[in-house]
Amino acid sequence: MSSRLSDRGAERLRIAALLAPAVIVIVVLFIGGLVSGFIRSLNYFPLIGLDTPNLDAYAAIFTDQEFLSSLGLTLYIAFVSTLLSTVLAVGAALLLRAPLRGTRLVNLLFSLNLTIPHLVGAVGMLFLVSQSGLVSRLATGLGLISRPSEFPALVSDPFAFGIILTYVWKEVPFIGVIALAILLSVGEDYESVARSLGAKRWQSFRFVTLPLIGPGVGSASFIVFAFTFGAFEVPWLLGRTNPATLPVLAFKSYSDVDLANRSHAMAMAMVIAALSAVAIVAYTKMSRRYIRN
Amino acid sequence: MSLNAQFAFDVGPDHTSPVATTKGRRPVLRWAAIVGLLAFLVAPMIPLIFWSFAFRWNYPDLLPSEYSLRAWKAVASPTNNVLLATWNSSVIAVVVTVLSIAIGVPAGRALGLHKFRGKRLVELLIVAPIIVPTLAVALGMHTLFIRYGLSNSLLGVSVVHLIPALPYMTLVMSGVFANYDAAFESQARSLGASPLKTQWYVTFPAIRPGLVVGALFTFLISWSEYVLTLLIGGGQVVTLPLLLFNFARSGDNAIAGALAVVFVVPGVLVLLLTSKHLSTGHAAMGGTGT
Repeated sequence: MSSRLSDRGAERLRIAALLAPAVIVIVVLFIGGLVSGFIRSLNYFPLIGLDTPNLDAYAAIFTDQEFLSSLGLTLYIAFVSTLLSTVLAVGAALLLRAPLRGTRLVNLLFSLNLTIPHLVGAVGMLFLVSQSGLVSRLATGLGLISRPSEFPALVSDPFAFGIILTYVWKEVPFIGVIALAILLSVGEDYESVARSLGAKRWQSFRFVTLPLIGPGVGSASFIVFAFTFGAFEVPWLLGRTNPATLPVLAFKSYSDVDLANRSHAMAMAMVIAALSAVAIVAYTKMSRRYIRN
Repeated sequence: MSLNAQFAFDVGPDHTSPVATTKGRRPVLRWAAIVGLLAFLVAPMIPLIFWSFAFRWNYPDLLPSEYSLRAWKAVASPTNNVLLATWNSSVIAVVVTVLSIAIGVPAGRALGLHKFRGKRLVELLIVAPIIVPTLAVALGMHTLFIRYGLSNSLLGVSVVHLIPALPYMTLVMSGVFANYDAAFESQARSLGASPLKTQWYVTFPAIRPGLVVGALFTFLISWSEYVLTLLIGGGQVVTLPLLLFNFARSGDNAIAGALAVVFVVPGVLVLLLTSKHLSTGHAAMGGTGT
């Protein structure tokens, strides 16, 4: 009895030892970074004489028109990018699931841009859809426009088309491979049964395919939403300066010569973290449900 | 548990099921859609490659009117800081990968093989840095790094890259260990193998495929990182993405194109190396999607 107890004690100790380095590193770097940012967002920084925490920074940003339009723009970009990526990814997965000739090559090309950094995609998109880009040249060649300024502004534009296009380009394969993996592992048997029982094509999709891939695709979509909400380099290259997206605005406030703006930057960082925390909760709920099924 | 772990090692393509529902219908439309999809995915790469060889490419020419190797010579020139940036990017990514293996493999083992109190909390702690945008963490981190003298240095940048890299490695390894049978280890031990020998001859060969895939993609996560390097490196630590951004912003399209191609090469190599285990590679890649 006592040896069994000590066995369990030893086992626990072993697990703790295996986990300790990773947990310590993540707590110090990740939690430490968040806590340090939170403290500074409260205007608490004794080293430079700020020793009474307050909520001034939050009050300041939530009454600032630039911050509010930036928040709106960022939510809009994240929402539209996630929606378009999810719909296209599911369509792409349905297209690529059948083992036709050449599918393997197509799948490989499909995965290729998972390995391409966002920044490369953004630069490529800049050369593709800016007013003097390749698409604009093509439009001139076809006689649709006669000079670059007639081409619609898709970069640094109010609707953030270039940013959204880059995200969709990058995230369709990300969600797509997940949807494809589920579809291939489940096979088409359930759908065949539904069809042979008289379900229409869309009915079999709506009531059989969608519930099967929903949780997996849903979790991936939440990751994409949190990512596109908080990503920096794509809007940094392709976005407008006013309003800029929230991460860009936070970075600019942080690098401002006026040190008072630093607490504003930290408050914005906390808003970004809080919104992505909502996405994490949704993600864990989704993936649990997925595992249960 | 996690998406990566979930799909990385459970799911193999199953090509045996009947495909009557999709095969017979309008194959021309299907192929048109597939070609359209691929064209969209490849499109941004095309101007990058052409720009890297362009000497003169005026509007509205569809192709450069004159080609040259100017950009490639500039990229390869030792007087330029491209070589330094490539070196920095590589050193940082290797350090990050080695640290992530050393710290992430044991943690992945604990999560994949054992049940314990507080497991959910630990899992949440490890998933969180993947989802919370790095910028939100990095601004607060920067203050601490300045205080402890870690800012503006290769070491500081490598340490901060652990924020996205270590959780990814841990999740992949937890998926690997979830499908690993630890009973082989006790058999080896009872046959007289030392703990070290058991690790080397039993554990390591069993986890090697997943470990290699995880390590390669961890390398890519660090290699692609932009804003953490910009902030913590303070402009003193120049890596490839920082240079690429500056050339793209300043309008030197030819050099930006060449840099973009250089920047993409490791990822393409990783894809080709891992494409043999397509199902493994596919899913593990999920981590770089974000």
